Amino acid sequence: MATKLPKTDAVIIGVGWAGGIIASELTKEGLKVVGIERGNDRKTEDYYMMHDELRYAQRHGMMQDLSKETVTFRNNEDMRALPMRRYGSFLLGDGVGGAGVHWNGQNFRFLPYDFELRSQTIAKYGEGKIPKDMTIQDWGITYDEIEPYYDKYEKMAGISGEDNPLGGHRSNPFPTPPMKKTVNMKLFEEAAKKLGLNPYVQPSANLSEDYTNPDGISRVACQYCGFCERFGCEYGAKADPIVTVLPVAKETGNFELRAHSYVTRILHDGNGKATGVLYTDLNTGEEFEQPADVVVLTSYVFNNVRLLLLSELGKAYNSEDGTGSVGKNYAYQIRIGKSTGFFDDKKFNMFAGAGGLGILLDDYNGDNFDHTDLDFIHGGMIIHQQTGQRPIANNPVPSGTPSWGQEFKEASLKYTNATLTVSGEGASMAFKDHYLDLDPTYKDSNGDPLIRLTYDFKEQDRKLAEYLAKRCEEILIEMGADHVDTMQELAPYDVAVYQSTHNTGGVIMGADAETSAVNSYLQMWDVDNLFVVGASAFPQNAGYNPTGTVGALSYRAAEGIVEYLKNGGGQLVQAKKEKQKA
Amino acid sequence: MSTNDEKQLKTTDSSRRKFLKNSGMAVGGIAVGGALGGLLGMNGTSEPAEPASTSPANSHTENHNVALMYFTPEQFSITDAATERIFPEDDNGPGAKELLVAYYIDHQLAGGWGTGATEYTSGPFFPGEPTQGYQGRLNRQQIFTIGLKGIQDYSQKTYQKNFPELTEEEQDAVLTEFDEGNVQLSGTTSSHFFSELRTATLEGAYADPLYGGNARMAGWEMKDFPGHQMSYLDIIEEEFTEIKPKALNSQHNH
Repeated sequence: MATKLPKTDAVIIGVGWAGGIIASELTKEGLKVVGIERGNDRKTEDYYMMHDELRYAQRHGMMQDLSKETVTFRNNEDMRALPMRRYGSFLLGDGVGGAGVHWNGQNFRFLPYDFELRSQTIAKYGEGKIPKDMTIQDWGITYDEIEPYYDKYEKMAGISGEDNPLGGHRSNPFPTPPMKKTVNMKLFEEAAKKLGLNPYVQPSANLSEDYTNPDGISRVACQYCGFCERFGCEYGAKADPIVTVLPVAKETGNFELRAHSYVTRILHDGNGKATGVLYTDLNTGEEFEQPADVVVLTSYVFNNVRLLLLSELGKAYNSEDGTGSVGKNYAYQIRIGKSTGFFDDKKFNMFAGAGGLGILLDDYNGDNFDHTDLDFIHGGMIIHQQTGQRPIANNPVPSGTPSWGQEFKEASLKYTNATLTVSGEGASMAFKDHYLDLDPTYKDSNGDPLIRLTYDFKEQDRKLAEYLAKRCEEILIEMGADHVDTMQELAPYDVAVYQSTHNTGGVIMGADAETSAVNSYLQMWDVDNLFVVGASAFPQNAGYNPTGTVGALSYRAAEGIVEYLKNGGGQLVQAKKEKQKA
Repeated sequence: MSTNDEKQLKTTDSSRRKFLKNSGMAVGGIAVGGALGGLLGMNGTSEPAEPASTSPANSHTENHNVALMYFTPEQFSITDAATERIFPEDDNGPGAKELLVAYYIDHQLAGGWGTGATEYTSGPFFPGEPTQGYQGRLNRQQIFTIGLKGIQDYSQKTYQKNFPELTEEEQDAVLTEFDEGNVQLSGTTSSHFFSELRTATLEGAYADPLYGGNARMAGWEMKDFPGHQMSYLDIIEEEFTEIKPKALNSQHNH
């Protein structure tokens, strides 16, 4: 029998970026918040031994323990889904700060086109441009409407950068100037300009200079130590929830963090109201009920969907007739279309870098180029990054070189600091048969079904990846590479090959309650006092990293929750019946 | 060899004799069969023969990390020989042997990586498609045990010799057969085992020396990787700069 605890204003499930931002915004308004986190609490001082490639990059020291919980995967409905037994394609965060601790800090705004993808594509190219099984939707919010929230998030995190010549308008300049430009970044810049393209320094959450944010939080500048992705930042230079929003929430005295506590169900009364959550203290095995006026689900994409399905909230997606919305429109990132350049007489400081250090262009992103004669829609950014090349993972050799032995050793040493990659980060469209549901066979350590992922690359993705890879190659040749290896053909999606932790969808936002799960405040259409926040809200994914948009949506959701709690509840948005087809 | 080293070797010898005596393995100076039989000379004395590995770093008797947590001596010597072919000594610098890669692999196998502690290991098991990742029921301890025995058996069958005794060319030929998946193993494939061995070899060459490989940071030195540095602010905008590597122990307790 669960112990029933005193009621709180809001309970947050998962204390990462979304949970942290919402905790800080609500507690600043005087609301009482309980944050429930399955992993441990941690602090910057814990990262003293962080520069350890084996422990954190190879052995996934900061990630979710897959022995207790993983996802199952199949490429299509005819395949038997099997558990992801080891890490590969994406890395699931764990602990306070979540994946917001081990991210790179590559921080973007999506394009105005992204938010109205379906309607703008139809307006320009006609309905026929969108394949029948492609279930892309508008977001129910425009770029202009989300812009103030991007602005708020960027000021909190101290995002560094310079204007994107092809991006949406900014109400304010970047809070901090762009990161430093390395020798190879300058090579990219010159080559791109020669080709008539529009390069700009990557916006970054690794601070380019010391910064104090509007909450009064001060952080020091990035040291370019080369250990960002998969690592925590011992300087606090990389924005993460632990060094930004969580101290603000704690300072108010209104926030209580409960670590090593695992939420197993969202409780509800059967009449469209959530009543709280049921969770287990993982240290003692004790079960607790935490009642709350508002429940905020801010775990990662997979568990946002899974917890709704386990709790029987919302309508589960049915891929046969396209009805229901929970689990719908899973999308990813098409990151395999790229080109690798080997330099015979030049070396670069590739061992150094920062997670958000890079230079890119958007000439082939969104609808910034004409698609009339192309057999795909959208595109992706083209980027040259310098995140810090560590020696176990970084053994580049030109194609045709053996993968072991003396010849391999010789080539891999020669090219270690003499290989530059230019890659496409392709947008990922939603399809009718790409979705998340509960696995019929495999269970977590509590005995609850794992989430099942059904996903593969489609013709749209293959064409897009090949197109971007060719553009990457053109730039690398112009940069003066002696040999260039370019992806020729996109193979089927492989869950064992690392690509990106840019999983999206499953609890998507929109203007129509029939075709989406949450409104533009990420409030569930079916349950007024349940907000589901994160990249799970993306109807499909853009040609950029998702965190900046997750941050913006979190600020908008926080505003909605405060309004809901202070103004007597109800739906914050009137559902529209849209013409757009599910 | 310094006097100090000699002293330590003597201590080692004497404790080994003590062990042999206590365990009743040596009877009246005559070697008997059994676990340690191979260590004993057959000339009627109880002086032990040379241990399996005589790699230079192994004589660093002050390195207490140079001992086995998981491997049998036979498994160790196969691993030591095979990793040296995967990452051989050459003009660039030391190979796997001198970097102590086989000790690194031994130590890793003894822990959570060897038993798959943080991997999903519940059934049911199905072969799966190539896009679904590893679906076997074996953990890495089992895969290495099976794979290393496979290397020895294949070497015996083909050359009537143990793998470590083969010429470099013969060793390469054996490993190529494993890499290409041409050797039948029980419960795993030779190509899967080989890819685990290859990855572990690179880890042992390039992980922080605290894990027992990358001896004296020689792997990093070859690779122009500076290891653990607190800041590259001074060189980030510069042309390629060589920096002397530092390991994590430079950070600890300082």
